[in-house]
Amino acid sequence: MKALGPIAGALALAVLVTAPLFLKNYGIHLLTTWLVFIIATMGLNLTVGYAGQKSLGHAAFFGIGAYTVAICLKSGISFWIGLPLGAFFCFVVGLGIGFPALRVQTIYLAFATLGFNTALWLVMRNEEKFTGGNFGINNIARPSLGGISFDRNLSYYYFVLVAALVLAAAMWALLRSPWGKAFQALRDNPVRAESLGVDTRSYTLFSFAIGAVYAGIAGGLYASQVEFIDPSMFTVGQSIMMYLMVVVGGPGYFFGPVLGSAVGVLLPEWLRFAHSWYLFVFGTAVVVLMIWLPDGLLSMPERWRAFRRSRERP
Amino acid sequence: MQEGEPLLRVTGLSKSYGAIQAVRDVSFEVRSGEIFGVIGPNGSGKTTLFNSMLGQIRPDQGRIELEGEDVTDLGPLALNRRGVGRTFQTLQVFGKMSVRDNLLVAAQEHVGGMVGRMFAPTESGLGPRADALLEQFRIGHVADKKAGELSYGQQKLVDIAMAFMSEPDLVLLDEPCAGVNPGLVGSIGSLLKALNRRTTSGRRSSFVVIEHNMDFVMTLCDRIMVMVEGQVLTIGTPDEVRADKRVLDAYLGN
Repeated sequence: MKALGPIAGALALAVLVTAPLFLKNYGIHLLTTWLVFIIATMGLNLTVGYAGQKSLGHAAFFGIGAYTVAICLKSGISFWIGLPLGAFFCFVVGLGIGFPALRVQTIYLAFATLGFNTALWLVMRNEEKFTGGNFGINNIARPSLGGISFDRNLSYYYFVLVAALVLAAAMWALLRSPWGKAFQALRDNPVRAESLGVDTRSYTLFSFAIGAVYAGIAGGLYASQVEFIDPSMFTVGQSIMMYLMVVVGGPGYFFGPVLGSAVGVLLPEWLRFAHSWYLFVFGTAVVVLMIWLPDGLLSMPERWRAFRRSRERP
Repeated sequence: MQEGEPLLRVTGLSKSYGAIQAVRDVSFEVRSGEIFGVIGPNGSGKTTLFNSMLGQIRPDQGRIELEGEDVTDLGPLALNRRGVGRTFQTLQVFGKMSVRDNLLVAAQEHVGGMVGRMFAPTESGLGPRADALLEQFRIGHVADKKAGELSYGQQKLVDIAMAFMSEPDLVLLDEPCAGVNPGLVGSIGSLLKALNRRTTSGRRSSFVVIEHNMDFVMTLCDRIMVMVEGQVLTIGTPDEVRADKRVLDAYLGN
């Protein structure tokens, strides 16, 4: 079983590298969007899935990253400054959003973060001077690096793929470090965690801040990908959609966001045959999935093992 | 610190909830290396006393000293970092983490600084210590299982083992035998005895144990404090407590 891991990884990588070669522009666009949402929900999975902090404001960080890159590019500042700057803003604001989590939890925390998302959405809509208001910002350029232009959809896809792989590796390292266990201890039992020396305050704040950084980078990449942003992309509805991706994929599973984002980004496209019924089919599929697998798609192997164990017993 | 010297000193501790005085002017000392029992009928203030000592709640009056230093105002986190471990009355394991990770996370925050831990190896060098405790508690065979999937008794063992991972100077155990079958009560007793004899950094650790199981308390503890209605009735060796008629009237009698 152990040897399957690297083989599956190599196979997945081969598919990710070769797949866009067989796709038209729209297919490449979809795959790129999928990768962007994997990055964003990887961050949300840290906040929600590993650290257990219910956040319904993730799209706000996505927006901070997107607008920072867009405004920078419009002001003639390089993408390579805009992207880290957006990530930095997200880190700072994420720390701030962590503070309500020190006082309230569960549904109350969800409402607090939802309020934050709404407030930020209003800023994006009303501060026309900077954000273009309802009309948004268009003609956002694609970056280039050392003579390599990411202008074409295919090259931009590979750029986002590299970014996703680097960020996934960083997340993997973080979760394997003692921090990963501290986040999970915070999620499973904060009172016990504190009595064992886990600084639950700091870990709560960092779970928001680091999760926000991932959303910010994803947002920056998204702005350059679609070349046009407006406030409607960063609403509470989008936050709920990201939360859904984490829950469907399997919160607290490393590869949960990969599947979850596929459900959130690719599934609606496959459901196009259903025309106006697509939202109905999508909603029903999610409801059925949640009843059948409340811990997400990636809990399936575990459920299967538990099922087999229960049958082995006389 | 020499063995037998006071490690923990509680002076004049009081705590009220509205009109109810849960703990009234309680004073006692726990000596280095000793196992100190706290018994008393339900509602006699044992858990309130525990929670005040652990910084979970703030006492109205009184002073708590650890090795001569005032720690009355310290919270649970600061107390743990100063070498105070505890277990809770109810099971408190990290259900979705493996048993081994439960033990590792119970001590990792004592190794290095927070930034350093971000880049530290996953076990923080605590693997051998975790494995030794797993063996000692006879739960080595379930090390890779999720703690939440174990039987109640096994979870109880994980729960207790976690409190010892950081090699604390003082461990407060709140009803370690609650809900445990009689066979396991004996093993927990001998485990605690063995852990108490163990020396870490050159000295033995001290335990404070709340427990309702009389045989367990009488065989395990060096000294016992009897509480009734929030006050100290008496403090003495198991033999002295057993012979005290007031204790019989207040507690053992009914």
